Amino acid sequence: MANLKELKNRISSVTSTQKITKAMKMVAAAKLRHAEEAANAARPYAERMDNMMASLASGMVGRDDAPKLLAGTGSDQRHLIVVATGERGLCGGFNNSISKAAGQRIDKLIAQGKDVKVLCVGKKGRDALKRKYGHLIIGLVDLSGSKRISFDDAQPIAQRVLAMFDADEFDVCTIFYAKFVSVLTQEVTAQQIIPASIPEATDDEASDVVYEYEPDEEEILAELLPRNLSVQVFRALLENSASEQGARMSAMENATRNAGEMIDKLTLQYNRERQAAITSELIEIISGAEAL
Amino acid sequence: MTDMITMDLVSPEKLLLSDEFEMVVLPGAEGDFGVLAGHSPITSSLRPGVISIYDGDTEKERIFVNGGFAEVANDKLTVLAEEAIYIADLDRPDLEQRIQDAREDEEDAKDDETRRRAAENRDHLQQLLDAMG
Repeated sequence: MANLKELKNRISSVTSTQKITKAMKMVAAAKLRHAEEAANAARPYAERMDNMMASLASGMVGRDDAPKLLAGTGSDQRHLIVVATGERGLCGGFNNSISKAAGQRIDKLIAQGKDVKVLCVGKKGRDALKRKYGHLIIGLVDLSGSKRISFDDAQPIAQRVLAMFDADEFDVCTIFYAKFVSVLTQEVTAQQIIPASIPEATDDEASDVVYEYEPDEEEILAELLPRNLSVQVFRALLENSASEQGARMSAMENATRNAGEMIDKLTLQYNRERQAAITSELIEIISGAEAL
Repeated sequence: MTDMITMDLVSPEKLLLSDEFEMVVLPGAEGDFGVLAGHSPITSSLRPGVISIYDGDTEKERIFVNGGFAEVANDKLTVLAEEAIYIADLDRPDLEQRIQDAREDEEDAKDDETRRRAAENRDHLQQLLDAMG
């Protein structure tokens, strides 16, 4: 009979697991909606900044006095990799795929004889990279305190990267994050943020207009580039948070389904055992009666 | 009916304002400038200051921005600002109190980092207070 009780316990434990995963899925769905809204709300600023960058930067390309943030330092020996991941697990392959992609890039760069530094945003990425690349990690930005990503979260990261760039500690900076495509697909993206890649002008009519600049082009660009960096980081973080929730939602949905299958299987087994126990009890009683 | 200029005010987090106005005065890096319909295309950086929106001769709205950029093209004005606050939403005694608090924080700060942050906060609040005029 002990076996029956064990089965019963297992069924109830799997059922409560299923309740948890179901709840997590629902929470992730709600958070995903917020994250998507935030990403959409941030789009106008980023788009206009891109347009402004495009019109300003195209005039600067190839000039010797172009700002370093745009033109680079002229070398690509020292790399800074910013790995943006989540703060929490239980979200399928989300954290793993980002850190794996970053790890591959680091391996490749090291094989080419480059110097690599890693800045982690989010605990999970650091945990994954710590063992292999622990000596390369220069810092961790912990975002677990902020429930919703705001621009104030992105700014310190951008400022830190800028301060390092100004101190001439690296030449190229790339940020790794997962781009939100849909709930089912998140695309790990490596985006170079220093030197800044020049965005294509999206607004066709605006590109024909000849602007007057005040103060002048160089000064505006010098002010625009650091801000653009913050915006790029902010955008990456927003995409990441939407991706994380999407990944968690589908992971939890799978877990709920698996738990359901398991419950069905266990229930079937439980019923069989129960029937067998009743049958054997009956046989005992009948054979006992017959012996009389 | 006078010609109107469309103004979009965007922060990194969202589109704050999108509407049509008669005239907008911006705190340009090299001095304030007014934008009316038919303004020539211009890109300018902004210093921290106040954007004044006029309808006719009356000042309709005053918005504080913490620096940023403005772009005018085809009767459309786009202002990119990291922070924008309606002056009407501000409360002078409250602001003065917060400046006082920030000053105390600055004096009580135990390390440079907190002191710097408190000072930054105070400067910021002071700018807001100045903007109220």
